[in-house]
Amino acid sequence: MNEYSLLIIGGGPAGMAAAVAAKKAGVDDLLILERDSVLGGILNQCIHNGFGLHTFKEELTGPEYAERYANMVKEQGIPFELDTMVLAVEKVQGSDKKAVTVISAKRGVQTLYAKAVILAMGCRERPRGALNIPGSRPQGVYTAGTAQKLVNLEGAKIGKEVVILGSGDIGLIMARRMTLEGAHVAAVAELMPYSSGLKRNIVQCLDDYGIPLLLSHTVVDIKGREKLEGVYIAKVDENNRPIEGTQEYYPCDTLLLSCGLIPENELTIGAGVEIDPRTNGASVSESLETSVEGVFSCGNVLHVHDLVDFVSEESARAGENAAKYIQSGIDRSSKTLAVNAGNGVRYTVPSRISLANLAPLNHIRFRVTGVYKNVSIVVSSGEKELLRKKSQILVPSEMVDLILKQDKLKDLDNDISVYIEEVGV
Amino acid sequence: MIKELTCICCPMGCALKAELDDKGQVISVSGNTCIRGENYARSELTAPVRTVTTTVLSKDEKPIPVKTKEPVPKEKIFEVVEDIKFQRIDLPVKMGDVVVKNAADTGIDIVATRSVD
Amino acid sequence: MYDVLIIGAGVVGCAAAMELSKYKLKVCVAEKESDVCEGTSKANSAIIHAGFDAKEGTLKAKLNVLGSQMMPELAKKLDFAYKRNGAMVLCFDKADLPKLDELEQRARNNGVDGVRVVTGDEARKLEPSLSDEVCGALVAETSGIVCPFEMTLAFAENALQNGVDFKLSTLVTGIDKNENGFTVHTSRGDIQTKVIINAAGVYADKIHAMVSSKPLGITPRRGEYLLMDKAAGSLVSRTIFQLPTKMGKGILVTPTVHGNLLAGPTAENIDDKDNVSTTKNGLDEVKAKSALSVKNIPFGKVITSFTGLRAVGDTGDFIIAQSDVKGFINAAGIESPGLSSAPAIAQYLCEIVGQILPLETNTDYIGTRKGITHFTALSKDEQNELIKREPAYGKIVCRCETVTEGEILDAINRPLGATTLDGVKRRTRAGMGRCQAGFCSPTTMSLIAKKLGIKIQDVRKSGVYSTQRRQDDE
Repeated sequence: MNEYSLLIIGGGPAGMAAAVAAKKAGVDDLLILERDSVLGGILNQCIHNGFGLHTFKEELTGPEYAERYANMVKEQGIPFELDTMVLAVEKVQGSDKKAVTVISAKRGVQTLYAKAVILAMGCRERPRGALNIPGSRPQGVYTAGTAQKLVNLEGAKIGKEVVILGSGDIGLIMARRMTLEGAHVAAVAELMPYSSGLKRNIVQCLDDYGIPLLLSHTVVDIKGREKLEGVYIAKVDENNRPIEGTQEYYPCDTLLLSCGLIPENELTIGAGVEIDPRTNGASVSESLETSVEGVFSCGNVLHVHDLVDFVSEESARAGENAAKYIQSGIDRSSKTLAVNAGNGVRYTVPSRISLANLAPLNHIRFRVTGVYKNVSIVVSSGEKELLRKKSQILVPSEMVDLILKQDKLKDLDNDISVYIEEVGV
Repeated sequence: MIKELTCICCPMGCALKAELDDKGQVISVSGNTCIRGENYARSELTAPVRTVTTTVLSKDEKPIPVKTKEPVPKEKIFEVVEDIKFQRIDLPVKMGDVVVKNAADTGIDIVATRSVD
Repeated sequence: MYDVLIIGAGVVGCAAAMELSKYKLKVCVAEKESDVCEGTSKANSAIIHAGFDAKEGTLKAKLNVLGSQMMPELAKKLDFAYKRNGAMVLCFDKADLPKLDELEQRARNNGVDGVRVVTGDEARKLEPSLSDEVCGALVAETSGIVCPFEMTLAFAENALQNGVDFKLSTLVTGIDKNENGFTVHTSRGDIQTKVIINAAGVYADKIHAMVSSKPLGITPRRGEYLLMDKAAGSLVSRTIFQLPTKMGKGILVTPTVHGNLLAGPTAENIDDKDNVSTTKNGLDEVKAKSALSVKNIPFGKVITSFTGLRAVGDTGDFIIAQSDVKGFINAAGIESPGLSSAPAIAQYLCEIVGQILPLETNTDYIGTRKGITHFTALSKDEQNELIKREPAYGKIVCRCETVTEGEILDAINRPLGATTLDGVKRRTRAGMGRCQAGFCSPTTMSLIAKKLGIKIQDVRKSGVYSTQRRQDDE
């Protein structure tokens, strides 16, 4: 009874979309393992709207988007176990099976076996320690997501005078949320000269409420013993170093940190999967298969997304490919081309494409390394140009999704390169 | 007169340019990639509206996520939130159920965005 | 009327309480914070030193060696994490090599076994990550690492189970000497006692000044540390010290008993007894100096930084003696190797108490204490049995450190239990991992709130709840 065709680790948007797609493709013997006590993952605390325009063609809030997928999971009779945490994923020696060790009150500590595994564990926030902000360590310093959980799911009132470091989307969303909760948000400080959040969030979360966004600024000291009393914010130079004499004191009882997300790949590493240091996620093929056969990865554990719609789409592909692996196997006979990140491109997902497994439409997703205006995105293979697309503006905070048709790719001989061409330079 | 603004209808955040006449009426909109962008620019420059999302407490003080069923006038946001703040709702609720009627006299209802038992 | 009142529930105060509970004495510990182990004891290098460093004939030397010898058995009986991982002192300059021999000689004089000098190449064979600059090293087999929170808690809980009273959130505000002993004024009322042990850490000078006009100087010395992810914990297996270099007194790199990598501390004398902020300069110094010892320290894997204050006495040695006021005993200036010496300091304090009060053996003394069951340390069968009995152990709250709800509930519900987030963290390690409580703090906060009957936003990270200090007004 502990044998499955497919185990899906994580019941957030990625895991649910992967499960629904795998089930549709004919995999009946599957199970979602979710560590929280409800399906939906981080969407449950994202009570704001802006989700689902691609997937459902309407604007939903996070909980609505989650509930729609949870309903699909339930309607299709896909089994899921809540309050169940996966402790380890391992290859089984001399077999193509994977051993997945889980813990729950119901099962105790148990090992389940599966032909295929989809990794959909999501990501976590970069904590204060990793940011190396000096100062004291009083109460009142939270990562933005933790604050979001406390406010939206626990109903906690966490502060009245707020400073936010980092202009990631969660930080921006929390600036508005705290304002609506009756707090005053004094400023959002961002180390980089551009925001790492979506433009719409700057408009509707900061501009609407007159909250200043201080670009090229950072928190240089934190004051307060038991409770936070205030922070010093200083301007930074082009090397992101604080400029002497520019620091200003902001009295506050709450400091929220929104300084980036890190894919949660401890299980992935434990499974012996090769990690791409640029994304901190697995390195995957066009089928979203990792370096370990039969182990797939999708959603924020693969690379941090800004749109849940992209997560769902990507994860559905992972589910379909896992089904294919289980039912007929993935063709490994053909040529595999590397997908290389060229000028201005930080990484690509996938990082390799095997020509036998092309879909009618193939996605290449990436982020740029800086802000680019009036440039062209180019995909090429040797001398051959596969795609050229003009873009008025490209920013690191917005993932780019390129779609390449099968016939463009199927006869290629050379590795593929994705780069930004700076027009007129 | 040309006004520049960022569309907030979806995460694409299109950079819009709206041409206005002397009376502040929108003559044309450009830069949008869909019809929603044009509609947004027209409403934003004449009568801006926002969907409000927040939580309302159940009778046992559990926060339940809610939203305004339709966008409300921007200047009414705080009144709507204030109105919701003092309500205590009965459980269970289903996603989409109206939990507060006619919030702050905007004529717009507040609906639950998650089913809670 | 207590026989002995100990002021301060750090490692020295708690060890003394435990030691005194072996006798038929009424003992009380008063602590200004809401938990034990809130001062110097919680933020240090967590090393049980072998004892080769302190000068011959000092209390530091004598009590360090003794404490280090007592540690293995204490750890077993009182159920706290301790590991003899060994240590090395690195030499980077051939001209300094004789200093290693001096240390070896001092070790012999102090009665420390298992110490030898090796060449740079031999050192690198033992610890492959050591820098190429190392030209010689002292190896000390008996050096160890410990969990200082667990150790302090173990002493406190053992004292508690043997009848010692703990008054937490109780700030001593004044002391009056009278014919029977002392009246100690606190934020929660007066306490009568025959004898006082002043174990108030960086505040020992202030407590001393409440009864004596003789000067006792304590300087807080700030030490900043960087703690790295467990992924970096196996970079070295021993604690790596440095001989002092041109850059000043060296800093150490060590695995922690829980498998993280720790680098630090800086040494900076300051005035403010509460200033435990980290500074950019301090953390930069830790990085620069630790890189002299060990190659490729992954500073990208830093999960947190912290500062500890050492209570540096003005005599250069521990100040452990009855003061000029009869019945008032100082246990002051307990800087490094204070953690290592704590159980020996406690015995020494007992001898001093014995000169004032008659000591009669407590035949009911319980010599063992069971700590919180650390789920990950159990075998799979034991884990399953525990979950069957207590389903809360099947629910992981802290994902990074795999801490279960069962452990957190135990930490909150046991006697002298945690009332703050930091208290839970120190007892269970929930929130001590790479996400630094991002995921688990809301759950932990709601469990604490439930136990204390307060709202979740009123759960403190650390410190004293306002209601706790108000109790004396009621």
